[in-house]
Amino acid sequence: MKTERAVGIVGYGAYVPRPRLPAKRIAETWLPSSSRPLPVREKSVPGIDEDTVTMSIEAARNALSRAAIDPSELRAVWVGTESKPYAVKPTSTIVAEAIGATPNVSAADMEFACKAGSEAMQTAVAYVGSGMADYALAIGMDAAQSKPGDALEYTAAAGGAAYVFGPADRALALVEASNSYVTDTPDFFRRQHMHYPEHGHRFTGEPAYFTHIQGATQEIMSELGREAADYRWAVFHQPNPKFVHRITKLLGFTPEQVKPGMVVEEVGNTYAGSSLLGLAAVLDVAAPGDRIFFCSYGSGAGSDAFSLVATERLISMRDAAPRVRQYLSHRYEIREYGHYLRHARKIRMH
Amino acid sequence: MQLPRYHRLRRSFYRLEGTRCNRCDRLFFPGRRICPDCRSQDVEPYQFRGRGTLYSFTNVQQPPRGFGSIGPYAVGMVRLEEGPLVTSQLTDVDGVDLVIGMEVEMVTRKIQDSSEHGYIVYGYKFRPLLTGAR
Repeated sequence: MKTERAVGIVGYGAYVPRPRLPAKRIAETWLPSSSRPLPVREKSVPGIDEDTVTMSIEAARNALSRAAIDPSELRAVWVGTESKPYAVKPTSTIVAEAIGATPNVSAADMEFACKAGSEAMQTAVAYVGSGMADYALAIGMDAAQSKPGDALEYTAAAGGAAYVFGPADRALALVEASNSYVTDTPDFFRRQHMHYPEHGHRFTGEPAYFTHIQGATQEIMSELGREAADYRWAVFHQPNPKFVHRITKLLGFTPEQVKPGMVVEEVGNTYAGSSLLGLAAVLDVAAPGDRIFFCSYGSGAGSDAFSLVATERLISMRDAAPRVRQYLSHRYEIREYGHYLRHARKIRMH
Repeated sequence: MQLPRYHRLRRSFYRLEGTRCNRCDRLFFPGRRICPDCRSQDVEPYQFRGRGTLYSFTNVQQPPRGFGSIGPYAVGMVRLEEGPLVTSQLTDVDGVDLVIGMEVEMVTRKIQDSSEHGYIVYGYKFRPLLTGAR
């Protein structure tokens, strides 16, 4: 899908909270005698005073610094997440107020498991591409929930990124095209009033993650007449390193193409923030003219694919906010599983 | 904190918005409606940049009611680069040796998440300056 008016990313900003939990802290609590390899080295955990609202605010401020626009110029603030602090009350209005974008602005929370952030991106592209707005902000952010002791607890992490979309002449990266590929696939879900999501174990692989990313990728490649080798970099949703390595190979990309965007080893799976955080890490290193392939995945299920090209402006605006690497090295290790339970609010007090 | 008060103060809480006297240029945080220096009522909202240095600090081991879920925590006085002195919680300071004079920056975090009506109070805190421009 292409827009009538040329659109680009005019600002981007990442956020990863400082506390980290090494995977071995989980293993020694739940599987003390197991020697199974751990899916990631460590994962990010929200600070005790952090949630999707606070993390979105910092990512949005970073994106606005790189966009160098006044926040009142934004016509939309959309937050894609599956960890809304309120069951009823928008996350996006708090973010919009905090960054100074209110009141002449659209605001809503988007929900589509791990692809809620890219859903917000595509909607922002359409808003700008139709001429309805000059600037729209899309955020993908999560403080992911996981059942204590479950396989997902090793990876369920916190963080994400924000993107300001705007006219192509101010773009740091142009949007060439985007598309979506969606089916009804019950691989991961959480019912109302339940604390933790449920997942379909191996069912989350072949019929879910791989099928949808392949579907979205093949569709956009045929629309643009491209192949994997036409791209310098590629970013996918990162639930764990194994899935990313496999999809990279299946689609004909090389490990070198995905390397700069691979943040899962150090951060874990930031759910709706995952692919957006990976893209921010790629924009941190991309050179003008580099073509970037992006594809998210959200359970339920679907994928959004984007084809992007970095511009000269990326070089001059990149240092207006901290890079993903700076957040990765801004790190404080949680040494006790009990401290993690407190941070992640897994202890019910009443 | 009562809901109407929190709502009224949201701009100063969320993004450190104070006021500026248009007659004598003095800046205020929290904002004032009348300038105490020149008595002018010609004051307008002023957005502070959120950077400053640590003027003093202490650790709160026994948090007051409503802050228990977040404590213990550090509280600091921060000299903003524009002048005013702000008292605020410090955050992201686990394992950090706080030093008077260190550079800090404003972030928006949860101040209280268990108020009597169940709403979450978000507001400014300061953390050691993250390297990297903003």
